[in-house]
Amino acid sequence: MEELWSPIRLTLALATVSTLCLLVLSTPLAWWLARSQARWKEAVAALVALPLVLPATVLGFYLLLFLGPDGPGGALAPYFGMRSFAFTFEGLVFGSILYSLPFVVQPLRNAFEAIGDRPLEVAATLRASPLNAFFTVAVPMARPGFLTGAVLGFAHTMGEFGVVLMIGGAIPGETEVLSVSIYGFVETLQWEKAHILAGGMAGFAFVVILAMMMLNRRLDMVGR
Amino acid sequence: MSIDAALRGSVGALKIDLAMSTAPSGVTALFGASGSGKTTVLRALAGLRRLSGWVQVGGATWQDDAKRRFRPAHKRPVGYVFQEASLFPHLSVAGNLDYAWRRRNRTKGGHRIDRDQVIETLALPKLLDRSPATLSGGERQRVALGRALLSQPSVLLMDEPLAALDRRAKEEILPYLQELATSFRAPIIYVSHDIAEVSRLADRVMVLSEGKITAEGPVSEIFERLDLGPELGRFEAGVVLTAQVQSNNLTYLTSTLDVSGQQVVAPAAHLIPGETVRLRIRARDVSVATERPRGVSIRNILTGVITEIAAEPKTAFAELKIDIGGQRLRARITRHAIADLGLRTDQAVYCLIKSIAFDRGAVGKPRPNPDG
Repeated sequence: MEELWSPIRLTLALATVSTLCLLVLSTPLAWWLARSQARWKEAVAALVALPLVLPATVLGFYLLLFLGPDGPGGALAPYFGMRSFAFTFEGLVFGSILYSLPFVVQPLRNAFEAIGDRPLEVAATLRASPLNAFFTVAVPMARPGFLTGAVLGFAHTMGEFGVVLMIGGAIPGETEVLSVSIYGFVETLQWEKAHILAGGMAGFAFVVILAMMMLNRRLDMVGR
Repeated sequence: MSIDAALRGSVGALKIDLAMSTAPSGVTALFGASGSGKTTVLRALAGLRRLSGWVQVGGATWQDDAKRRFRPAHKRPVGYVFQEASLFPHLSVAGNLDYAWRRRNRTKGGHRIDRDQVIETLALPKLLDRSPATLSGGERQRVALGRALLSQPSVLLMDEPLAALDRRAKEEILPYLQELATSFRAPIIYVSHDIAEVSRLADRVMVLSEGKITAEGPVSEIFERLDLGPELGRFEAGVVLTAQVQSNNLTYLTSTLDVSGQQVVAPAAHLIPGETVRLRIRARDVSVATERPRGVSIRNILTGVITEIAAEPKTAFAELKIDIGGQRLRARITRHAIADLGLRTDQAVYCLIKSIAFDRGAVGKPRPNPDG
């Protein structure tokens, strides 16, 4: 059983850590993309969206070079007491963040853009500083965006395969996530175990998306 | 505390260039057609957008380009009422009001406002637990007004707060605004292009046309000028008169009023004798006759002397200004009628005013003169 539970635990840990990091990173990024007048912001937006169209192996390949002992990311590894970030849990988190970034940034950006200028102007005339208005007006009004972003980021990270394989390999308990172990079970003709994990993931994905949609409808009705 | 400002700047094709100064209290209307720049000026006063120049409120400098000073919007003690109520949808009515109250202006010179009194006056207690989504347009704007007041502003800026409302909702809110106009101890700038609203609420009017102030003065003075036709609009043009209530007729539900020594009868039987009221009489509701007419349904026939005749080019119409013993009426009649009757200035005429012109809405409350 451990060979089933270990990838489940690892995948949930990876998705949780990655989603938290993603929310922290994406909020200011999405806010900037939604509010900035800078002409080059669409270039940044395109960069963020790149993982949507890039094969995971391409992203994984560059990440491997970046995180490896000779890459700029790898050069930081000794400070964390590691030889390299490649083939580590930390490396996977880094890869997942890049890979799932558009799934969190885009809904957040849409939600921030939907707010418009007016509520923030109202907040300003009521003497709320821009930072205060952000937390008391923009964030609560963008609640559906945060929910969608978090769920999509989490679910997308759970299903990640190509990038993990490139930069993580399949070290049990360290980098062997669900999708990789399913692949492994199929390779070794352990169909029954593959079925359990694959079916479980399909069911989980369905439940998560359904719950998100229903919750968003409720938030929508409360918010209007 | 008065507002003094000089602002310049371009918004698309519109060039704004004006200097303005308000009385320390009372309502100053910023009046003009849409696209004349009035909202832009109001937003610049609030710090929501930038025009070049300077803004001083009371002794404080809010903007001075020469000294590179610009106080951001959230540091200016203004109350701002937008055309759309713009309540925070994620907060209840009470939450919206608290948002303002928690951040209220605590500096000297802010208008001291009692929280419960505002909620009471605007009839908000029943709405407190509701979500803004469930309110009617009029209710929403009342909450927005309350929210702006609870921030205890030093100046109150209102950007066409009634324009987005239907007639009924307007009539629901106007009494609150009239009450506010007399009780608020700080300047109010009221942006509008509705003559009836401005007549009822404002003490002074600044007429804004293509980014410039083309006329400025007390309401009665501005609205009796014939040369401001293009700015004021001809259809709704009319004068504001003050009158004293003499008596009420409870049989016919009318009030007799004294206007510069002449009597008029208005359908408003609930007035207090001796009270001073404002009347708005539209130019198109006034006809003239050279002899006293008999057998007409019109009750109000005043004598007067024509002081000015202004033909409207390229139309069938002309306007007369008629002195009725100290105050002036405007009459909009056809140029044909002027020729037929041989009307000229200094001629004595009878002014026929349709009773309907004294609608209840036009009988406004008197208020202390802010200049005196």
